[in-house]
Amino acid sequence: MSAAAKSVADRYFVVSLPDADDFDAWREAARGLVQAGVSPERVAWTAPGVSGDLFAQQDADGGGPQFRPPRPGAPPVRANRRFVSLARNAVLHSDPERFALLYRLLWRLQRNPHVMEDKADPEVRRLEELDRNVRRDSHKMHAFVRFRLVENETDGEHYVAWFEPEHHILRANAGFFVRRFANMKWSILTPAGSLHWDGDVLSEGPPAQRSDAPGGDPMEDLWRSYYASIFNPARLKIGAMLKEMPRKYWKNMPEAALIPELIAGAQKRESKMVTAGALDMGERPETLAAIGHAIHACRHCPIGQLDNDAVMGEGPLGATLMIVGEQPGDQEDMTGRPFVGPAGQLLDRHLEHAGIDRRAAYVTNAVKHFKFVPRGKRRLHQSPTAKEIDVCRWWVESERMIVKPKLVLALGASAARGMLGKTVSVTKMGGAPIALEDGSELWLTVHPSYLLRLDGAARAEQTRLFDADLAGVKARLEALGA
Amino acid sequence: MSSQDLLQKLETLADAAKYDASCASSGTTKKNSLGGKGIGSTEGRGICHAYAPDGRCISLLKVLLTNHCIFDCHYCVNRKSSNVRRARFSPQEVVDLTLAFYRRNYIEGLFLSSGIVKSSNHTMEQIVEVARILREEHDFRGYIHLKTIPEADPELVHQAGLYADRVSINVELPTDAGLTRLAPDKDARQIEGAMAGVKAGITEATDAKKRFRHAPRFVPAGQSTQMIVGADTATDADIVGKASQLYDSFRLRRVYYSAFSPIPDASAVLPLKRPPLIREHRLYQSDWLMRFYGYQPGEVMQATETDGNLPLDIDPKLAWALKFRERFPVDVNRGSKDELLRVPGLGVKAVHKIIASRRHWTLRLEDVGRLTLSLTKVRPFICTADWRPLVLGDRADLRSLLAPRTEQLELFAA
Repeated sequence: MSAAAKSVADRYFVVSLPDADDFDAWREAARGLVQAGVSPERVAWTAPGVSGDLFAQQDADGGGPQFRPPRPGAPPVRANRRFVSLARNAVLHSDPERFALLYRLLWRLQRNPHVMEDKADPEVRRLEELDRNVRRDSHKMHAFVRFRLVENETDGEHYVAWFEPEHHILRANAGFFVRRFANMKWSILTPAGSLHWDGDVLSEGPPAQRSDAPGGDPMEDLWRSYYASIFNPARLKIGAMLKEMPRKYWKNMPEAALIPELIAGAQKRESKMVTAGALDMGERPETLAAIGHAIHACRHCPIGQLDNDAVMGEGPLGATLMIVGEQPGDQEDMTGRPFVGPAGQLLDRHLEHAGIDRRAAYVTNAVKHFKFVPRGKRRLHQSPTAKEIDVCRWWVESERMIVKPKLVLALGASAARGMLGKTVSVTKMGGAPIALEDGSELWLTVHPSYLLRLDGAARAEQTRLFDADLAGVKARLEALGA
Repeated sequence: MSSQDLLQKLETLADAAKYDASCASSGTTKKNSLGGKGIGSTEGRGICHAYAPDGRCISLLKVLLTNHCIFDCHYCVNRKSSNVRRARFSPQEVVDLTLAFYRRNYIEGLFLSSGIVKSSNHTMEQIVEVARILREEHDFRGYIHLKTIPEADPELVHQAGLYADRVSINVELPTDAGLTRLAPDKDARQIEGAMAGVKAGITEATDAKKRFRHAPRFVPAGQSTQMIVGADTATDADIVGKASQLYDSFRLRRVYYSAFSPIPDASAVLPLKRPPLIREHRLYQSDWLMRFYGYQPGEVMQATETDGNLPLDIDPKLAWALKFRERFPVDVNRGSKDELLRVPGLGVKAVHKIIASRRHWTLRLEDVGRLTLSLTKVRPFICTADWRPLVLGDRADLRSLLAPRTEQLELFAA
């Protein structure tokens, strides 16, 4: 069968559009094809950067939309406003199927003018997706293009940007930059083409390379330091950042190079703010007497502002063993001595049982003031918060530096945090030495007040473990030559 | 001024400004630099030019003119008694920085605030001066947001409104008692008086615009405010109530919520623990319910739990739906728009799509699935042609079925 014998509607067509983003050319061709009654299966679309449908090309004998103009009286081509506005954007998409999709929908619109209102239709959804992708890419271009100042002999200040859009959006977004930077000379370079504005006229140029936009704009340093300063390390939300500023854009944004180090440093910066980092505790005291004097005036955490008095540690200078508790209790607060209340008495009994001489040890607390809430005539013990312990570390560390014990026994989680600066599990890390920075070692066990709160079998079991821990300490002390 | 000094000042004054949550650059009148002498445009939608790792967008150059301050508000990093490094920009330096950043497409404009030096009026004059130089000497047509100082002369605040796209005055704390305790130098009545003044100016300018085409613009993007969450004992119900009162009385465009975050050299009056960031998120969600979903403030408060706070594990809309189960299921094929907007898991867009699609055919569950993100959340609250939740809506454990399964424990929880 010869080509001439075929009717137009039976033939195959390949439409080659002049540009990848040319909506008007697509519309012209599509209008002609619809009027000629060419169904979507018989059309293949190509554009620069889009490979055509090979099968259609082999079979095609139309070659292009050079068919006869439609008969007078041919039905007008219908497309509603919603379709046209979405199609204008969809044409800019990098999907090679976009022209065919648009034609299929246009074809369906002729029979059912309400196609676009069916939001659950797969083709309508795809068109909306293309439109959304292109709008997002355009929006990100408005946001993430970064100009660099280049001094030019002929026309003075010139601003040059290198940008890599995902879709064919360069030309469509020229207007935005012209309106915004009307009185500035600028160029936007992309791998697909470039735009130049000289203050009056917009011109297009050939594809460019990253190296065509030279670096060395000193303002980038200021911008980077602004970016780092405006970031609040106390509220790290990396996912939220990545959602709006995906990694693919980072390489052309001067500030993005800082992101990894900002994230890495954030935790450190926050804990520094929260803990003693921001406190100015003054010079480290050099004698136990100086500490004993200074802690009475310490108001660096709210506990110090309660109606109480600081309790200093006691024991010989140079003691081999240092025992650290949580904080003074009611009786300690009144007598001004550590570990004299019920828990202290229990501790004394167990120390004696283990053969450890309390008088030879330096006994102190992680927190220096008694934290409580008043209930009638009584003062109820309250655990110190992590921050309060961290603030008070300053004092207990100063004590340790002066006493220089070879072994530190921390009783309970608060004491452990006071020694380590972080919260650890006493039950998991107890029973074995933990090396401290100054070469001494730390042993963890529970606080005797914990035993007081238990009864029955649980108390017997925990008491046994407590005694075992103390025996371990005793053995270690002997090994250390005490 | 060497560039090193400028760098250090910028660091100090940007660092001091970061506790202001607002960064919007949208909703102002359209303008561009065609036919002008300078640069700048605003085209309706705001643009976020970068995102910091805290997830916040960077749209404006957000700086303080100075962080010296004669006030002593406990929650503020710049309070008189804080020992942060102090710095001060001249108005011209801020102008130069804004223009340099704008030309490189780093920003949409300027958000200028300031600590209070010498007097409120002196500070306000300096702020207005920056805006004046930008607008008049450089014909800058980008976005300007000025923080106004409630204690300043109303005439100066009015001046600011003539140059700025948006002005804001922070109410800071949702209750008067909180303000008195944490911001002893501020006065709630004075803050509201200044807001009322800006509102009157906006009404007047809108009215004048109708009669004279070239009537001067006055705060075209409206006014906004910010509340700190978690620095005092105010509950979510207090906060929602205050926000809706502010929206009604002063026609605010936005109320921002800022979770109190640890600041260097914090005052001892503040809580030691920061509120979970999710609380701030839940408040924004409830704000959205009032602004876009037709909920009355009283209804949002009904979603709070017995302690007056919104639940943290589920969003306020779901919390409300679980309390008022008799309002469900809603038939997606027949329910009104208002009813559909109350279905947990259906957003405004999804509701519009449902209404557009159901004109053409009766929707089945599968169709709804294609119009929304997640069917699991929606399913117990709707009926479709082929679906009706028989038992699910009455189950006592529905909340645990819908709430996110398990949450990973905070790795660095202290």
